[in-house]
Amino acid sequence: MSATNETVQDHGQHHHKDLAHHFDPLEQQHAANPLGMWAFLLTEVLFFGGLFAAYTIYRYKYSAMFEEASNHLDITLGATNTVILILSSLTMALAVRCSQTGNSLWTGRWLLITIAFGLMFLGVKYVEWKHDYHIHLMPGKDWSGKDYWHWQYAKKAKDMETEAHKKGSAEHALPDRKDVLADNDPSLGVRGIQESQQARLFFLLYFCMTSLHALHMLVGFVLIGIIAYFAYQGAYSPEYYSPVENIGLYWHFVDIVWIFLFPLLYLLGAHMGH
Amino acid sequence: MATVSLESKTFDKFPDVVGRHDDTNYLNHDHSITSWLFTLDHKRIGLLYLVTITLMFLLGGALAGAIRLELLTPKGDFLTADTYNKAFTAHGIIMLFFFLIPSIPAVLGNFLVPLMIGAKDVAFPRLNLLSYYLYFAGSVIALTALLLGGVDTGWTFYTPFSSTYSNSYVIVMAVGLFVVGFSSILTGLNFIITVHRMRCPGLTWFRLPLFIWSIYATSVVQLVYIMILPSLGVTSEVIATFSRKNVFGYHIIAFSSIAIAVFGFIVWAHHMFTTGISPYAAMVFSLLTFSVAIPSGIKVFSWLATMYGGSISFDTPMIYAFGFLGLFTIGGLTGLFLSTLGTDIHLHDTYFIVAHFHYIMVGGAIMGYMAGIHYWWPKITGKMYSEFWGKLSAGITFIGFNFTFFPQFILGYLGMPRRYYEYPDEFQVLNVFSTAGASILAIGYSMPLFYMTYSFFFGEKANSNPYGGSTLEWTNTTSPPSPHNFEQTPVVTEEPYHYHGKEAAVVSH
Amino acid sequence: MATTEHSTHQPAPLSLYLATFGMLMFLTIVTILAGFHNFGMWSTPIALGIAAVKAALVVVIFMHGYSSSSLTWVIILASMFFLTIMLGLMLSDYMSRGWAM
Repeated sequence: MSATNETVQDHGQHHHKDLAHHFDPLEQQHAANPLGMWAFLLTEVLFFGGLFAAYTIYRYKYSAMFEEASNHLDITLGATNTVILILSSLTMALAVRCSQTGNSLWTGRWLLITIAFGLMFLGVKYVEWKHDYHIHLMPGKDWSGKDYWHWQYAKKAKDMETEAHKKGSAEHALPDRKDVLADNDPSLGVRGIQESQQARLFFLLYFCMTSLHALHMLVGFVLIGIIAYFAYQGAYSPEYYSPVENIGLYWHFVDIVWIFLFPLLYLLGAHMGH
Repeated sequence: MATVSLESKTFDKFPDVVGRHDDTNYLNHDHSITSWLFTLDHKRIGLLYLVTITLMFLLGGALAGAIRLELLTPKGDFLTADTYNKAFTAHGIIMLFFFLIPSIPAVLGNFLVPLMIGAKDVAFPRLNLLSYYLYFAGSVIALTALLLGGVDTGWTFYTPFSSTYSNSYVIVMAVGLFVVGFSSILTGLNFIITVHRMRCPGLTWFRLPLFIWSIYATSVVQLVYIMILPSLGVTSEVIATFSRKNVFGYHIIAFSSIAIAVFGFIVWAHHMFTTGISPYAAMVFSLLTFSVAIPSGIKVFSWLATMYGGSISFDTPMIYAFGFLGLFTIGGLTGLFLSTLGTDIHLHDTYFIVAHFHYIMVGGAIMGYMAGIHYWWPKITGKMYSEFWGKLSAGITFIGFNFTFFPQFILGYLGMPRRYYEYPDEFQVLNVFSTAGASILAIGYSMPLFYMTYSFFFGEKANSNPYGGSTLEWTNTTSPPSPHNFEQTPVVTEEPYHYHGKEAAVVSH
Repeated sequence: MATTEHSTHQPAPLSLYLATFGMLMFLTIVTILAGFHNFGMWSTPIALGIAAVKAALVVVIFMHGYSSSSLTWVIILASMFFLTIMLGLMLSDYMSRGWAM
């Protein structure tokens, strides 16, 4: 291709403008181009997509047990978290808006408020996970796909919890281990183990998906914190705010993942009632 | 002008169009260690990759040597079964994830993408350095897994073997690969944005060099085919330059890169034809796998047509590109055997597979990589290497390669399974051939290490465009380029590969 | 021709963000109510449909999709395309395994 220095000189006047246009903003502006974040989010879609694909296949193969297993999750906590996360998305959108209008102080504040909502989300998640762990929903040593027992135990725990709620008490006792053992009908045998294993897959996916999501939130906290610091320093202006925009894109993506996770994990068995 | 003499000196034939403004270039403007380790210069990052992946290549090559040595005799004389499993796993992991995948994109891509599109650097220089260190960290984690005791699952990590039954360091290795995967994702992302946003004035999409199209397609679809796609781009460049002719079918070569990337994304189940997947899905995947042959074939015929009537010079990069053409074609055609459902049942998990993917990934991808390294070496280092040794090593590599891997096609057809450290006596003759070929191949691959290193320190100085290339890195930068690449932003007014006459490679002023 | 994307859009009115938030809240309630109702085989498609609308709201308004470059939209659509391929081809295998030859 003929691209010679003379050609450049021929277009000298016109070209000088282009030169500044293309090279000078490089260090600052390109380093934070939102297009890069969008492309990164594409890879994130596929990253989560792997888990969603696994979910879809087993949801299709083991429909009944997935619905039953889903019933062991706490819809109230899930819904609360959905509201919290959407709120945090709103505050993030407001942070970006403030950076567009040049309001550095409120950019920083909205970002910190976003982190606060994120922490609330994880707090709720902590309570929830802890409870799940207690009633042996965690597919680990304690899950015991080895036999039917833990699955029965978890069912019983869920029933007692529902009973307690109906009576209006937040506290409820965990089932007595011996009772559950007595309930366990050995004739259920093979089918019981199969069902237990299918439910175990559901909880495996539940823990993988929610913890991968939580991991993204933790990364988000660090990044938002850094951007908030720079915002307070007055680093952003209506001409240059793409770091705020980028972190916003990231956070909204985390929100979108949850928007799909909530119905897929929590609401499957809601219609079965208790 | 075409000459087969081993002593030809192409670099005298083409005038120095850019000239040397001063002697400051990206290599010598700062000699401190930190200026290399924390550099944001895409050219220096490319060289960091070059050094690191060369070390990984040597390690992977040594493991290949151990595997071939074990297979010299039917009994397990040299390695135990367990060590053998770990050796071929380590060989596969190192060669694929730490050599082949980063080879052309990370070394040549980093060095060339900004130069070829007339930019000062990639879009995100800091991210680029981060990618390198992610690659480095991933390598360290993977090597740690090997030092702890290795992994015995094969590089594919098929479950449930890798999850339930293997007692080796699978998780450590998986973490290493996860980290290195992030490195290539971020590099790909960087290239995509760079190509979209940083092209110089006048450089429209259809004026982009074909190497850029290949790298772009590779970045978009980070999958198995990323190992061969960049080599296809290098070959397009080398064949155009050394045939002194416009590439035949520029547009269709560009689009076939995209087509290979797209098809490459949707063929994964061709590894699973014998694993009990639905026969209907297998048919779909078989069809899709066959489809990859179409853009690949288009490329090969376009290259042949480019050479037809051209003024071909047989310099080292061109010899490597010829080697590439032959081996890639054999590798591609044997791929058709494997995408045929019925044949695949017979050939699955035999040495036929091993031979097939080595023809593509070693014969194809590494030949392309070597062609590229030799072609751009004068630009990267500003020095010429010895044409004599270059051609000799290209020839030895080609011969050694065929000796190593062609017998494996026959072995596989006869039914020798892969991943076994022992085999029946009747397979020994062909295995001896293969091991003998591997030692020739080892010589072929080692030679460049010596003469390239020699040339780096003592080689004759290269001018800005020793091979008469027509793309921006040749026509508008010095050899080696200055730290900021271009004295002035280039303005592109024509398509690439626009050779006006047989000799006139560039418009000289 | 490459151009530098200057990210200086006019900020969207505050009311738009608040309305979007309200809409997202409303759809969350709808999805919960729908979850308690038994639609049989349609339960999951309905839930996913509502989630898709919510996601679209977030992409178009919160993530400024409405004023993004066409290249951004290429990336957004590409991500859905890749996801569809991954799910579609994988399901084509699992769903057709039982079919007689």
